[in-house]
Parts: sequence; structure tokens; C-alpha cells
Amino acid sequence: MVSSTRTAPAPRARRHRPFGWIGARVVALGRVAVLSAVASAGAVPLVSLLSVLRGLLSDGTRQITLHGPYHTWAMLGLVLLGLGVVRMRWVVRHTRRLVGKWCGVVIAEPYRPAPTGDPVSRWQRIGWLLSDPATWRDLLWTGLNAVGGFLLLLIPAGALLAFSFGYLLRAPSSGPPDESAPSAPPSDPSAPPLPAHSGRPLAGPIHSLLAADPVALCLALMLCGLLVAAALLAAPRLLTGYGHLAGRLLGPTREAQLAQRVDHLAATRSDTIDSGAAAMRRIERDLHDGAQARLVAMGMTLNSAEQLFESNPQAALALLTEARNSSVKALAELRDLVRGIHPPVLADRGLGDALRALALDLPLHAQVDGVLPARAPAAVESAAYFAVNELLANVSKHAGAARVWIDIGHTGEALRIGITDDGRGGADPTRGTGLRGLERRLATFDGVLAVSSPPGGPTIASLEIPCVLSSPKTSSS
Amino acid sequence: MRVVIAEDLFLLRDGLTRMLQAHDMTVVQAVETGPELLAAVAAEEPDVLIVDVRLPPTFTDEGLRAALEARRSTPGLPVLVLSQYVEQLYARELLAGGSGGIGYLLKDRVMASTEFVDAVRRVAAGGTAMDPEVIARLLTHNAGNDAVASLSPREREVLGLMAEGRSNAAVAQQLVITERAVAKHTASIFLRLGLQPSDDDNRRVLAVLAYLNR
Repeated sequence: MVSSTRTAPAPRARRHRPFGWIGARVVALGRVAVLSAVASAGAVPLVSLLSVLRGLLSDGTRQITLHGPYHTWAMLGLVLLGLGVVRMRWVVRHTRRLVGKWCGVVIAEPYRPAPTGDPVSRWQRIGWLLSDPATWRDLLWTGLNAVGGFLLLLIPAGALLAFSFGYLLRAPSSGPPDESAPSAPPSDPSAPPLPAHSGRPLAGPIHSLLAADPVALCLALMLCGLLVAAALLAAPRLLTGYGHLAGRLLGPTREAQLAQRVDHLAATRSDTIDSGAAAMRRIERDLHDGAQARLVAMGMTLNSAEQLFESNPQAALALLTEARNSSVKALAELRDLVRGIHPPVLADRGLGDALRALALDLPLHAQVDGVLPARAPAAVESAAYFAVNELLANVSKHAGAARVWIDIGHTGEALRIGITDDGRGGADPTRGTGLRGLERRLATFDGVLAVSSPPGGPTIASLEIPCVLSSPKTSSS
Repeated sequence: MRVVIAEDLFLLRDGLTRMLQAHDMTVVQAVETGPELLAAVAAEEPDVLIVDVRLPPTFTDEGLRAALEARRSTPGLPVLVLSQYVEQLYARELLAGGSGGIGYLLKDRVMASTEFVDAVRRVAAGGTAMDPEVIARLLTHNAGNDAVASLSPREREVLGLMAEGRSNAAVAQQLVITERAVAKHTASIFLRLGLQPSDDDNRRVLAVLAYLNR
């Protein structure tokens, strides 16, 4: 699989669910719960760091005499910080994935490129981690997520449980409940009103339920129902809000995005310039060694024929025939050259028919499906045509395929072309420079190439180039 | 024979006109654009059209589309299409009707005047004239076809020349063999490809082209 440099399009989480409206909300609430659990996991390194800090800040004579001098704590703190940073990336990465999947907010990785060089020392790596502002934003996120996420997401659920059970359990001991009990702030976690506080032995929920005042029971149940309904209603919004918050902190900042974009553009621009210059050199060489040389030879042949015209008409005639043959060859070479620069059929008919024409020239059975409702920009058409040309050349040279299927389409945002063959598979993009070069050329258009080629086949190559279809296709009528 | 030429390059248009006139043909009109061609066809009712693929005003495949259009309005109207390059896709479109009177040649072929005039006459008579380059690519495309692969090299040569639209006599002359030998090869080719044999040159050519274009 060739890596893609562009982020995948945001998954649309609006699939039809068999449970319907309620089901979707229950699932959303479940996801809120799981995300809060992840938040707690993210808090682990933070809590350990905080405990170290507490150890350092307190006069701590008892602990420190037990565990050694202060610098041990400092070292331990550093190690934990390092560990925390490394683990944090792991946790945060999974958070990104989950948020992308569940909240519909796709978050790109904001990190700077890893240090290159062989080998990369541990200190280089740590330096890379610590000097990246994204690391500190991750840390900030972990803190906020651990504290805020935990409070915001777990406390209401806990309070709800504690309130309802506690109320029901306490009911028989305190007689008919007064009206103020249900309106007690449900988010107050400091005093879970368990029956142990009432000084009586635990009576068990069933017994309490039976012994409770029916009016109070109804009120409590209604309140529980309201709270549950509110939670269910709020869950999708909560998820989306959480996603956006995560995107703010875990995604690349505007600055980082621009920096990444500049890096990408600089790289693709230099590739484009290089390949453009290489193409010009190739054309110049082809003209110089081909058509130009043939024209010179033709001129010389014609000159000789002119001189022999009077004295030896037979020899002159032979030379004229030679000159004509030479001109045919020169024309053929020019034709090939033009085809390599910009295939006439592409200019005439656009990408769809150009690919059909390409398929007809293949020494294997090729089928082209799909139509484009309009023409893509000329540069995109050309890039796509030559990319497909190269992929098809690979298929007929290496795949040992008997059939190949090409399908063309436009997603509304991007031109998409898939090439599937029934060959032996096992194409390895990391071996050889062909696919890499192709990928680089597509990158100029922010295009991506993906190749899946398991041993035994089939090989599927698909390329995607973002573009807008513009001028309407000229109709043949 | 009355001919209409559509070609936007003056030198070529002029050269073609002279060449055809030198071979006792009448060029009734020589036009520059696709719409003019259609008007000329309607006005002159020529015996054959000679059309360049790329014509004004679009400078795309204007000429080809005009030729197909002319054939739609006048079925069987003989058309010889000339181009700076040949595409199998266009050859297919021209042959799609399954009837003769179609030619598709590289402009280079104009330089061999005798052969070119021969092709014009063949097309005007309802025959076919396909460029050797089209046929070479057709044969490459059929490389994986077992029936074609089973032909002997000589038979493949005969197949190629036949697909270009030549009669048995012309094939015999080209390969310097007897017409009887050509007939023997042709019979063998038709047997291998599973085609219905025919005594008619044109029908044989169309059958072979249809087979190769499958």
C-alpha cells in the first residue's frame, strides 16, 4: 500500500441504524462514556507527575527519608515525564482516531517530521518530542481532558446513579421525603447519599423500593427519566462538541497547517520544475537526434539527386525515393514525439475517450467503464492520462494479466480512476522507482495513488486527483 | 469521379487537388471547415469525401464528426479520413456501421501518390482503406488471441494486408506470390478464425476487421 499524504475525507456518521432514533442516541451516550474512560487513561502520566511534584513541594520528611534524597525524585519525575510524553502520543493518537470515527471530526497529526539519520539517538528523539509545540498542546489536552472531560462526562452520570439509588435506599429511614430532596443539585459528588450515612444497616434496593412512598417513588422515577432523556438528547451534541474541542487542541494549528502546506508545496514545486526541465531536455534530444537529423540527411540526399539529375537519372531517382522514405520516418518520429507530449485524442475528446483509445492499444483485453460529465482541467487530464498509461504499461509488462478493467469517475471533489488486473499481483511499490515517481508527479496536483497487490493478485491501483469539472463536454451532434 | 476535399492547410489542400486532377478525378469543392463540408456534401452529392480529422473551428476532431454526420444523412457515402496520427478508437467509430466505403489513412500516405489514388478509388467503390499503422496496432491488441496467434507468419502477413482493405490480387502483387496462393492462405485464415468464407473482397475485409475489432 502506497502511503497517502492527504487526509481521508470525513466519514459521514449518518448511517441508518436498525435501532432508530433512540438507538443512535444510546450509542452516542456509550461513546461519550468510552471517551471519558480514555480521558482517565490519559490522566495516568499526569497524575504520576503531579504526585512527584507534590513529593517535591511538601516538606515530606517521612517520605524522603524513606526513599532517598530529592534528586532521586527529580530523576524519577523526568523519567515519568518522558514516559508520559511517549505514552501520551499513543493515547492521543487513539483519541484522534476515535474522535474521527465517532464525532465526525477528522484530526490530522500535527507533529513535526521525525528526525532522520541512521541511527537516531535516544536524545535526538527526546529532543524532537520536547521541542515540538504539538507535544505541549497534547499535554494541555491531556490535562484538560482528564479534568474537564472526567468532570463533565462522568460526574453527571455518577450523580444520576447516586441520586436515584441513594434516594430510593434512604427513603424508608427518613419517612416521606420532603419536596427539596429531588431538587438537590445532582452534580454534587462530595456527599453521595448512601444509606451508610443514615446510620442504619443497608436494607437492599428491593426492600427499599417496596417500602418507599409511592408518590415520592413516582417523582424520583420521573426525574430519573427526565435526566436520562436529557442525557440521551444531549449525547450527540456532546460528542460533536467534544470532537471540535479535541480538533482545536490535537489538530495542527493554523500555523502548523500552513507550515505543512508550505513544505508540501516546496517539495512538489521542485519536483515539477525538475520533471518539466527533464521533459524539455528529452524533447530537445529527440528532435535533435531524430527529425532534425533526418531533415539534414534529406537535404543532402536531395542535393546529390540534383547533381546527378543530368548525368545519371537512374541514380537520381533512387536518391529521391530514399529522401521520401526519410521524410516518412521523420514524420513517424514527430508523431511519436507529439503523442508523448500531449496525445491528440486527449485534446480532441478528453480523458474518457483518450483512456478508451489507450485501452485499444493494449495487447490484452481491456474494458473501460464510466463517463465524466464534463472535462477536467487540461493539466489534470494530462497527468491522469500519463499516470494511467504508465500503470497500464506496468500491467502489460509485469503482471502477466489477461484482462484489465479501468473505471473512471468523479466524486464531486476529485477525479478517480481505478485499474484492476487479473495478473499475479505482488507488485511492491517500495521496489523500483516507477510507482514512487508516479506518486510524486500526482502529488503536484495533490493527487494520491494507492496500490493493493497481494501475491496471487488481483492488483488494484487507484488514483485520485482533486479537481473541478469545468467546460461541458462538446457533444457530437 | 467527383470529390469533395476538406482540409484546412492550404498547401495540402492544393497538393491533393492537383494530384487527384492529374489522375482524372474532379475536385468539385475544396473546403476548410466542418460546417462547410456538410454544406458541400448537400450541394454537390460527391462520389467520395476526403476529410482531415482536425479542422476549424474547434481544431479537435471536427472533420471526423462531420464525416460521420455526412454518412448518417447519406448512408454509404464513401469517406476517406486523413489524419496526422491514427487512433484505433476513431477507426472503430468509422467502421461501426459495418458497411464499406471507409478509409482512414495517415497524411504521410499522400506522398505515395499511386497508392493513395488507388485507396481513393477503392473507397469510392465501396471498399476499405485502413492505414497499415491501424492494422499493426489492431494485431498487437489481438496478441493474446489464440486463433490469431496460431496463424503462420505468412498468414499473418496476408491477414494484415487484407485488413488494410486490399483485394486478393493486390495482396498477391504485394507479397510477390500467386493469387491462388493468396486464396489458399485466405481460406486457412478464415477457417482458423471461424469466419464465414466469401468470394467478395469487400465483405471479406469487413469480416476480418470486425473480427479484429471485437
